[in-house]
Amino acid sequence: MNNRDEWDLDFTDLLTRTPIDRRQFIKSFGGGLIVFFTVGDAAAILQERRQQGYPTDFNAYLIIGADGRVTCLVGKIEMGQGVITSLAMQLADELDVSLDSVDMVMGDTDRCPWDIGTFGSLSTRQFSPYLRQAAAEARAVLMEMAAEKLQVPIDQLQVKNGIVFEKSNDQNNISYGQLTGGKLIERHLQSKPSPKQQPELNITGTPMLRRDALEKVTGAAKFAGDIQLPDMLYARILRPPAHGATLKFADTSAAAKIPGTLIVREGDLVAVLHRYPDVAEKALRLIKSEFNLPTATVNDQSIFDAMLKSTVEGKTIAEAGNISTGEKEAAMIIEGKYLNSYVAHAPLEPHTAVAKIDGSKITVWASTQTPFSAKNEIAKALGLSPENVRVITPFVGGGFGGKSRNQQAVEAAKLAQLVGRPVMVAWSRQEEFFYDSFRPAAVVKIKSGLTASGAPILWDYAVYYAGERGSQHFYDIPHHRTMAFGEWSQKNGVHPFNVGPWRAPANNTNTFARESQIDMMAEKAGMDPVEFRLKYLKDEKIRGVLKAAADLFGYSPARLPSGRGIGVACGIDAGTYVAHIAEVAVDKNTGHVQVKRVVCAQDMGLVVNPEGAKIQIEGCITMGLGYALTEEIRFNGGQILDTNFDSYELPHFSWLPKIESVLIDSRGEAPQGGGEPAIICMGGVIANAIYDAIGVRMFQLPMTPARIKAALKQQQQN
Amino acid sequence: MIQTIRFTLNHKPVRLRVDGERMLLWVLRTDFGLTGAKYGCGEGFCGACTVLVNDVAVRACQTPVKAVAGKSVLTIEGLAQNGKLHPLQEAFIKHDALQCGFCTPGMILAAYSLLQQSPLPDPAEIAVGLEDHLCRCGAHQRIILAVQDAAQQMKGGNDK
Repeated sequence: MNNRDEWDLDFTDLLTRTPIDRRQFIKSFGGGLIVFFTVGDAAAILQERRQQGYPTDFNAYLIIGADGRVTCLVGKIEMGQGVITSLAMQLADELDVSLDSVDMVMGDTDRCPWDIGTFGSLSTRQFSPYLRQAAAEARAVLMEMAAEKLQVPIDQLQVKNGIVFEKSNDQNNISYGQLTGGKLIERHLQSKPSPKQQPELNITGTPMLRRDALEKVTGAAKFAGDIQLPDMLYARILRPPAHGATLKFADTSAAAKIPGTLIVREGDLVAVLHRYPDVAEKALRLIKSEFNLPTATVNDQSIFDAMLKSTVEGKTIAEAGNISTGEKEAAMIIEGKYLNSYVAHAPLEPHTAVAKIDGSKITVWASTQTPFSAKNEIAKALGLSPENVRVITPFVGGGFGGKSRNQQAVEAAKLAQLVGRPVMVAWSRQEEFFYDSFRPAAVVKIKSGLTASGAPILWDYAVYYAGERGSQHFYDIPHHRTMAFGEWSQKNGVHPFNVGPWRAPANNTNTFARESQIDMMAEKAGMDPVEFRLKYLKDEKIRGVLKAAADLFGYSPARLPSGRGIGVACGIDAGTYVAHIAEVAVDKNTGHVQVKRVVCAQDMGLVVNPEGAKIQIEGCITMGLGYALTEEIRFNGGQILDTNFDSYELPHFSWLPKIESVLIDSRGEAPQGGGEPAIICMGGVIANAIYDAIGVRMFQLPMTPARIKAALKQQQQN
Repeated sequence: MIQTIRFTLNHKPVRLRVDGERMLLWVLRTDFGLTGAKYGCGEGFCGACTVLVNDVAVRACQTPVKAVAGKSVLTIEGLAQNGKLHPLQEAFIKHDALQCGFCTPGMILAAYSLLQQSPLPDPAEIAVGLEDHLCRCGAHQRIILAVQDAAQQMKGGNDK
């Protein structure tokens, strides 16, 4: 039983022998205890942490304890992608402290500096420069302070593991902890020092194991649903059977008879609460309700035509030469229309939040990728000032873009306000499938052309509803145009439910279409698909990853379809270049595809944690098997027909190919994205491998056995 | 029906007055505060709620608590003993065989159960044994390596 007064959840307990005491932290800020020389306003730092924009005061990002432990405060969250390790590595490197001495506090809107949200592979490429800058300045200030204390000029000092010492006499030393005494550092520098560059980096670039593994293998790691507060009630909410349905009536009398049940009715919100989640669920099932259902106008079959018919303004993404000239000069025209269905995020942890009210303040523990947005959403929904809302993000059990919306956090907050007790809202798997912001269904139409000698001359590309990310091609084609109609973020009525960002938004769709089309062109040109690409790729980075993938695979050229079942695809996402080569076996009788091997080469600039980067590549490849082969949401209007993992099939162990990856050494360059890029090729590389195996071009994702059999049948008829 | 149910939980005898039809998952999580077993799907498809009953992996979301009366239940919290991690836990750490960690407790306990039946499985056997355990992050390859490694560390023995 848990009789704890409150879970003070952060990540300071990770690998920590002396967890930071929150009250002490507040005291050191609130009391304005000054460390050195200048008189500053501690409240201003706290204020700066909370406001929009990354703070300029380094104290917002780090606290050096009297014991020398460093607390790193970041608004990013940990959902498996591994920034709990890679951000700590960068801070430790910059400060010259040991990695073991860094404790992470993540996604707590009261304690951490504002952050835009954990998505878009931004944590390293966009956020870490702020963290590094803060650490660089903190280190320089500490060196100044040490020089004064030790009576030694700075250039004769060195620092290692948080101890500053005189180079010629290491007995003359002082630790960071002694310098700060655990207090705020009030001294700042007029001219900001630059963060370290290679080769000064020692920890960055070294493979490191995950720092949160111990709690995750022992069950100690807390996710939002693991938080239990005194008097807490678990809520189950009455849901409509379809999006757009409105409640006609609800009879809660039978549910109310279950002892300990609390019923909440507030407008259309009907909820049952109980101290046991399973009893709340049982009570929910006793509610008799009726809804007005909207007429379904589209389903998973008709959505693609509906998309092409709907009028949405196109945006020119790239253009050169002249399309009609290209058409005239082309000796061969190839047209492709590519479809992909709606795909669920399906993190293993459904959306969950716990809300607790204290007077005018509310604290919400939420599984979210966007704690600072959640704070504002909760404030707005409850009519509170944002200062009175604190969102704390425990470990998040997978996000993939799906936990960017915070409906469950708002629901928990509202219910806590209504019942005056802490409330947990933990969505069921059915709710997760219902309210997910799916990766949108999409259509891509491509018309491309080759000259008589087989050189690309035309590329006319239009993507509908996926979005523009990754839509630009990078091949040498004189006459080309890329148009994007609609974005995944656009709400214009074509989708009967929520859509949103899904790991590498838009790029999975665009790369599938582009790389399939390029393979068709290679075949028409009578060339091996890798050689064809290399011939018409000018960018050295994309050429580099393609060659590296071919080398690692042991690729030998052959014309399509070779019968070997080998496919290739490449692309660019989040500043990172990727190329995949895959080998498949296709059972022509059943239509079953077994992916046997996937090789990936990735150039992501400086790699902070090579081990973490490889895990992300493996995760991308494994997850990508799903949207390539089985994952699609079946629906009728606003009714979601897939409600659990029986019909919506995620990749299983038996699907697992042999995965090999290689990271290109680009350590002199800025780090780029790592969480998303390696998933973008999975549709294209498998489609191309299937074609190579059986000579059948698959134009629709996922490439299910039924679709493969249908395509084979059509091939036989032609 | 409210009844008194006695069983062994993480090596200790426990007694509980409870509606025996309640699912073990919720009893563990709420009555005992053992939150290592997770709710992932509620219908036995994902394996995140896996615990051991008499050393056999079961889906706690589908197991009424009355079914464990007189039996021994082990959750992830009880796997490490006397401050020493189980070889499977060590191997999961060593191979980075996890990302978000939500499926990890169930995965480790399922692997434990697998090794009881087949002490030195090859990768294909491990894949079959864990087939119905979902990991959305895609740590599969490393999980297989970790289970293989742990099996070797345990030298084919299945004691802790």
